[in-house]
Amino acid sequence: MQPIPRALKVLTWVSAGLFAAALLMTLFYAPREAVMGDVQRVFYFHVASGWVGGLAFLVAAGAGVIYLLRGSRRWDAVGLASVEIGLAFTLANLISGSVWARPIWNTWWTWDPRLVTASVMELVYIAYLLLRQGLEDPDRRARFGAVYAIVGFLSVPLTFLSIRIFRTIHPVVVGNNDPTAQGAFDMTPPMLQTFLFSLFVFTVVYIALLWHRVRMQALAEAVEQRKMKLLSA
Amino acid sequence: MTSGGVLPLTTGERARGYLRAVGAVVWKDLAAELRSRELLSAMLVFALLVILIFNFALELDLATRQTVTSGVLWVTFAFAGTLGLNRSMAVERDRGCLDGLLLAPVDRSALYFGKSIGNLAFMLIVEAIVLPAYSILYNVNLFRPGLVVVVMLGSIGYAAVGTLLASMAVQARTRDVLLPILLFPVVLPVLISAVKATNAVLLGLEAAELWPWLNLLIAYDVIFTAVAFMLFDFVVEE
Repeated sequence: MQPIPRALKVLTWVSAGLFAAALLMTLFYAPREAVMGDVQRVFYFHVASGWVGGLAFLVAAGAGVIYLLRGSRRWDAVGLASVEIGLAFTLANLISGSVWARPIWNTWWTWDPRLVTASVMELVYIAYLLLRQGLEDPDRRARFGAVYAIVGFLSVPLTFLSIRIFRTIHPVVVGNNDPTAQGAFDMTPPMLQTFLFSLFVFTVVYIALLWHRVRMQALAEAVEQRKMKLLSA
Repeated sequence: MTSGGVLPLTTGERARGYLRAVGAVVWKDLAAELRSRELLSAMLVFALLVILIFNFALELDLATRQTVTSGVLWVTFAFAGTLGLNRSMAVERDRGCLDGLLLAPVDRSALYFGKSIGNLAFMLIVEAIVLPAYSILYNVNLFRPGLVVVVMLGSIGYAAVGTLLASMAVQARTRDVLLPILLFPVVLPVLISAVKATNAVLLGLEAAELWPWLNLLIAYDVIFTAVAFMLFDFVVEE
């Protein structure tokens, strides 16, 4: 078995350390929001996990394009890994959003464009996993996975647009704010620092997870090959 | 095009050859359907059943009809559409027809356009029967030119993505259940904007209410026809 590459070991420990630092920052460094209170602290990880979810699905679509052009199995592993990580982070994004929305919007769920888009995105990539599960031939699985990752990723912005044409109540914290949004707030400098730091940390965590997952896939394939060799011997 | 003649083909001849190939695939599907009537009859009966179920599920009285007609119609089209798409690709697979088609010396994308135009034709036929039937059953006037445009644009988007995804779904072990799961989350923008546009037409709202949805439908149709055209090769590759 191949040992874990040194760079990956370092990255794992660094991302664990950074994550702890980000957690401490959101809990102690960022000030208490005046109107919403402590529940606003969900915001830092909520947006960061949403960002990683979107990034992961973008990477999966990109890996799909490269796989279709080059046909190297490595890129299929990257796509699958990215989708799995994206699903986990989008779920975290949805759940943390609900936790915040309960006291602020007085409901766990509302049919707002972002909420619907995030949940449709989750469904698209669950469908991606179901598609792969239904295919035995690894080559075909990789090809179809790549095609669906591209098609799914292109449909997400259109879903967002189609619901966006209705009015939204989701606050826009970065960029100009819609005055009708509920639960909006202005960020003080420590809040902004915590926010940007969380985004950075989550991105690093994503890269570490992706690396681990791709490596795991390579190991799984090696095991599979050895099994075949043993069975045929 | 891979038809290797002695003389190099001009662009015009190539385009004509391509269109002939597309037309041949469409004609094959329509002729087969004309003889068997398997697909259309199943789609139609299913569509009428869905409308019947909606009648009891939603208590389609006069007041409700105003607001839910567009939703009922598009849910019906979407469900009947998956039935048709699945069947139209399954017959290609079951009897090894797809391999025969792939051996033909034509561009693979001609197969895609042929199949999706065929699927679109089946959807439009079903819609052309369901809409008057709904009009009569519920005494709603659905004969409006605007509605034809909306139905057309919505069906094009649906068939464009549906044909691509159905050709993947039928190759999977779980093919009976896979297509709606793959298709519905991706085709959601079409359904949302088609429902909203239909609603705008039926309520006689002004053009400013209708155009955003039509634009979205057109954008979707263009993007996904182009994407499916580029990706279809990878789906049928053996």
